[in-house]
Amino acid sequence: MSRPTANCPNCGAPIEFRFSSAVQTTCPYCQSILVRHDVNLEKVGTVADLPPEVSPIQLLTEGIYGSKAFQVVGRIIYEYDQGTWNEWHCMTHDGGSIWLSDAMAQYAITQLVRPTPILPSLKDFRIQYQPGSKIKLKGREYTVTTLTTAKYRGVEGELPFEYWDKEDALFADLRTPTPHFGTIDYSEDPALVFLGEWVEFDALKMKNLRQFEGW
Amino acid sequence: MATAPNVRSLSCPNCGGTVQLRGMGRSLSVVCINCLSVLDTRTPSLTVLSQFQAKERYQPLIPLGTRGKVRGDLYEVIGFQVRELIADGVAYAWSEYLLFNPYKGYRYLTEYNGHWNDVLVMHTIPEVKDSRNIRHLNETYKHFQSYTATTIFVMGEFPWQIRVGEVAQCADYIHPPRLLSMERTGQETTWSLGEYTSGSDIWKHFGLKGSPPAAQGVFANQPSPHTGSVSQAWRQYAVWMALLIAVQFFWVFAHAGKTVFDQKYSYTQQSGTTAENSFVTSVFDLPGRTSTVKVEIRTDLENEWAFFQLALLNADTGEAYDFSREVSYYHGRDSDGSWSEGNRSKSVTLASIPSGRYYLRIEPEFDTTTPALRPRSMNYQVRVKRDVTTWVFFVFGAVLLLIPPIWTSIRIGSFETQRWSESDYASGD
Repeated sequence: MSRPTANCPNCGAPIEFRFSSAVQTTCPYCQSILVRHDVNLEKVGTVADLPPEVSPIQLLTEGIYGSKAFQVVGRIIYEYDQGTWNEWHCMTHDGGSIWLSDAMAQYAITQLVRPTPILPSLKDFRIQYQPGSKIKLKGREYTVTTLTTAKYRGVEGELPFEYWDKEDALFADLRTPTPHFGTIDYSEDPALVFLGEWVEFDALKMKNLRQFEGW
Repeated sequence: MATAPNVRSLSCPNCGGTVQLRGMGRSLSVVCINCLSVLDTRTPSLTVLSQFQAKERYQPLIPLGTRGKVRGDLYEVIGFQVRELIADGVAYAWSEYLLFNPYKGYRYLTEYNGHWNDVLVMHTIPEVKDSRNIRHLNETYKHFQSYTATTIFVMGEFPWQIRVGEVAQCADYIHPPRLLSMERTGQETTWSLGEYTSGSDIWKHFGLKGSPPAAQGVFANQPSPHTGSVSQAWRQYAVWMALLIAVQFFWVFAHAGKTVFDQKYSYTQQSGTTAENSFVTSVFDLPGRTSTVKVEIRTDLENEWAFFQLALLNADTGEAYDFSREVSYYHGRDSDGSWSEGNRSKSVTLASIPSGRYYLRIEPEFDTTTPALRPRSMNYQVRVKRDVTTWVFFVFGAVLLLIPPIWTSIRIGSFETQRWSESDYASGD
């Protein structure tokens, strides 16, 4: 796998990309948020102080999901009135991109999908969907369980799209009678849709986890 | 790599007491152990969220900070809350222990009257079948009760902003030993799945001193201590019954009865006489082990009544088995057509007659109370059969076999009645 290297336009530190399709990364030295334009990196912002680490997952954590080995290369941290949650961006051994979310130590693996049918605009979505509403995506029926307004709290590492300087966004949790799970993210319009499933922590057989003293 | 300290100590902005944090940064609120103020952990100085005003201070049975294994994973008790529901004007309080493992997350142990449940928040949403049944993982859960739960006491820390007085609308559904709980606060609905757990197991796994409080009554999802089910008991009954019937059939065919004595006699009663008419038969053998003996009497009575006084006597020991039979047969024709009453034949089955040489003493007589106008007579035949099938044991066995399934039904029934007596469907409500 190619590992393109560049230098941080802010501090000059070498920036290495693990995920060849990464669009954005952060400089581990000066916390600059860097967006990739061909071979050049542009500083678009700086990561504010991140909240205290709570997740056992961290950059470079490795694991196995189904038949695919993955490595954590980046994350987005969200904050809402009941705390924060992490969406860990993982690249799979075949170059794919999956998300491992850790919300209250409940773990789910999702993938960005192109929704069919196309979701309504945020305004229409708010009118049409409340907790308990059913929504059919990619041939599966989901129940909207919670609508959460969260704000982007910070980013770290490599992401497959530009994600920084976001305002409050609406998130819809989608659940089913089976482990199938989804999230609708209205930080963009049309919304981003992530579909996947809940996973057991042990099932991912993760390595390079953060150590907790006494545990 | 940086490691997180196990316990973080801060001081309470309200009373200055030490506040310990065990939740590895995931907790949003913590309760000061001294003044019971609820504090916001997201502010470095621990802003007071609410001054705690409890009428009563509750002591957790499992102290905060206690670690123990649940389903193979180590957990630490980090939070404790007491909630109550009011039913028919009576408050019922139960405890909830929040358990935490920084990798595996949260789970709860709940306790009510010595009944414990191991509870996990569910990722899935059950399918609602109808107002009383929901389905989860191919199992049907029955609605048990709906109630309003109010938090009345909090201690330790929680990954959400906890508040005394917090109210949730709840509904419990059971499939013992599991319990599905729905909890609704505002717009948010949470489902959790509990499994009935013995207090002694928790005491063992958490290394607690003494013994857990004794469980009182029957809890909603407590598994029935009676092994098996009512249908199982009846299935077993069916199997035993089939076996009994097979054995009986075998006896009927294998022991159709062997004739050991067969003799024809005739008897005439002279008018006006009352002389004794008894006589003894020749000696015959009753072979084999102790078994049944059937004595058959066939007569040619016509609109007549006769009485047979009989005795089976052992020729060697003199032991006698006395018995008697009345034989009568009447028939005729009236406006309704022909009729008949009685039977020309009668039989007697004697149980448990040992083998040996036997003879019969027979004393036939006619009705002596009414004077005979003419001599009465009859021909009759006496036949003795060895080893005939009796139905006594079969009937006795069939009745005996009924006892276990009926007993099981009663016991399970009374356990279930006790279980449902605490539900929304209690009889008499």
